[in-house]
Amino acid sequence: MTTPAAALTEGTDSPYALSHLDALESEAVHIFREVAGEFERPVILFSGGKDSIVMLHLALKAFAPAAVPFTLLHVDTGHNFPEVIEYRDRVVAEHGLRLHVASVQEYIDRGDLKERPDGTRNPLQTVPLTEAIQRHRFDAVFGGGRRDEEKARAKERVFSLRDEFSQWDPRRQRPELWQLYNGRHAPGEHVRVFPLSNWTELDVWQYIAREEIELPQIYFAHEREVFQRAGMWLTAGDWGGPKQGESVEKRLIRYRTVGDMSCTGAVDSDATTLDAVIAEIAASRLTERGATRADDKMSEAAMEDRKREGYF
Amino acid sequence: MSTTIEQFADLSATTLLRFATAGSVDDGKSTLVGRLLHDSKSVLTDQLEAVEAASAKRGQDAPDLALLTDGLRAEREQGITIDVAYRYFATPRRRFILADTPGHVQYTRNMVTGASTADLALVLVDARNGVVEQTRRHAAVAALLRVPHVVLAVNKMDLVGYEEAVFAAIAEEFTTYAAELGVPEITAIPISALAGDNVVEPSAHMDWYGGPTVLEHLETVPVSHDLTGCHARLPVQYVIRPQTAEHPDYRGYAGQIAAGTFRVGESVTVLPSGRTSKISGIDLLGESVDVAWTPQSVTLLLEDDVDISRGDLIVPSGDAPATTQDVEATVCHVADQPLAVGHRVLLKHGTRTVKAIVKDIPSRLTLDDLSLHPHPGQLVANDIGRVKIRTAEPLPLDSYADSRRTGAFILIDPADGTTLTAGMVGESFASPEPVKADVDYDGWDF
Repeated sequence: MTTPAAALTEGTDSPYALSHLDALESEAVHIFREVAGEFERPVILFSGGKDSIVMLHLALKAFAPAAVPFTLLHVDTGHNFPEVIEYRDRVVAEHGLRLHVASVQEYIDRGDLKERPDGTRNPLQTVPLTEAIQRHRFDAVFGGGRRDEEKARAKERVFSLRDEFSQWDPRRQRPELWQLYNGRHAPGEHVRVFPLSNWTELDVWQYIAREEIELPQIYFAHEREVFQRAGMWLTAGDWGGPKQGESVEKRLIRYRTVGDMSCTGAVDSDATTLDAVIAEIAASRLTERGATRADDKMSEAAMEDRKREGYF
Repeated sequence: MSTTIEQFADLSATTLLRFATAGSVDDGKSTLVGRLLHDSKSVLTDQLEAVEAASAKRGQDAPDLALLTDGLRAEREQGITIDVAYRYFATPRRRFILADTPGHVQYTRNMVTGASTADLALVLVDARNGVVEQTRRHAAVAALLRVPHVVLAVNKMDLVGYEEAVFAAIAEEFTTYAAELGVPEITAIPISALAGDNVVEPSAHMDWYGGPTVLEHLETVPVSHDLTGCHARLPVQYVIRPQTAEHPDYRGYAGQIAAGTFRVGESVTVLPSGRTSKISGIDLLGESVDVAWTPQSVTLLLEDDVDISRGDLIVPSGDAPATTQDVEATVCHVADQPLAVGHRVLLKHGTRTVKAIVKDIPSRLTLDDLSLHPHPGQLVANDIGRVKIRTAEPLPLDSYADSRRTGAFILIDPADGTTLTAGMVGESFASPEPVKADVDYDGWDF
């Protein structure tokens, strides 16, 4: 990349200018504290993925030396990576947090949800998530969504009002002026809150490196048995792959996002350290979701549709 | 691999610039935004492929960069516009957050929202049309919202033969107008978004222009200033009380510094109670510091056990704002339901929300020609007006001119929670009298 401004005078910023990571961190902490001050029953959606790990880290910093005044909620598809579930349970125990689990498998076992023919469980998370929010009467639900991920998210508010069915109605979204977030909602409604709205994938990784935050090992390069489906490397396993005609091979890969095993693709990578991962992402010519998420490839408006139905 | 760890090291030291774009429908704003994203290599292959596919579907040969900022299906189907779309891009020097505001529908509301958090406003004009009514409106919103830096991008220079005289005339007219409104800093740049002149790379067609390209200017404009003269303000968000064996007596006042700097040892006053104490410590997210400044999120520790709760404002004892229950402000109405005299509302200022009543709407302002219409009775969506509000409790208000953050408020509908109005305390514009009264209100001036 060229640096067109390199020839111009250096040091135009005053000593009071924050680095972009400090500015983003301060903004996210402000959002967490606003929710703690204005809501009765907030919860953090925690999947063990890097964005939710960064959210939890920010929440821990925002209220230290006191405990985080929120509980955690994980929507477990039943097809999660075992390394991630192990990480989740360890972090919860380490910080003395309370974890709620909404299990997609239980819904399927009870016959309340049907397995899709393609075996993908990501779209099945919406009902367990919505019902968990209703059952626990959560009024603020923190999600790790970022506006840089996808164009339906680019117009998402930091405080995003949802009706009692968790639906997102673009017409009811409130203009967000200055840093004055409006969290008012009727009983039964809730507000989805996105403290990482203004972060990019690279910011998240740089912050993880700066704060030395531990991540599940699947984010780093490792050898794994994978097979190709819809142009993505999926992990072989009991969840439903490979099917006949799909052949398994061992590759050196890592995960750029962490979700359900049935729709989260691995990328070829030899990045075994944070610095190597950051270098790889800075050079990548694909977006995170384009590279790794089968569910977003379904249609041009796939994310928009799921969002309106109450997805994360 | 072209990117190195050294570049990452540089990236982590970059600053953040928030800016908003403003333009009319056909002045090439989407193309400019698309080009900034594309030429700064922030558009990734899969996004470009999607744009190419969508362009091909519409029968276009070249990828239409404007589609990068295309709306949602819900907006197209319902004929609505969601006010602001946020875009992100980075260069080795800076990270950028672009509030991209659609021009046509709900125009004023959109730009006010985008400009409220912007350090810079980028106003586009078509070189063939020059400064038009819309342009004056954009300048007025930037001035009202006190955006510190304004850039005038004179676009489509390729269509006027890259003539210096065309650019100079437009730049002078705009600069004179914006300066009258009190815009503190204006930079005019001749560009062609379509051809790429002076957007990222310097133009080969305009030797007469010696200034920066748009991106060079965005990379170097100061995002902060000397804060030593600013009123320091900390709205208390939350009181941190661990009450654990390790921290039995810890009591910290958490908030994001809204303006100025705070130091350990400084005498402070808590508003609205007026109680005083001294800062005994500042906790900057786990690090103990002697001084902290806006917009850092901190926890203040005080020497005395003062009764402080969410909604209070901590200020230096020698520099406290007056508290008042009578608010006079310029507002931009952002909701579909009107705001009328007598309406009971909620007013959120900093971290405090109080009941309030609209006592008077003395005037409505037409942004196109800055004419003032007395006693409109109500304000509808996208109206700018003066209001007088009586609050149920006293508020420590700064004027918006002194502090964009502690001089701002929103009005909320207590019934359904709708955000009704964006408010700015005090005088509308920085300059003494740019506004002219127009008693012959004819109703044709939106």
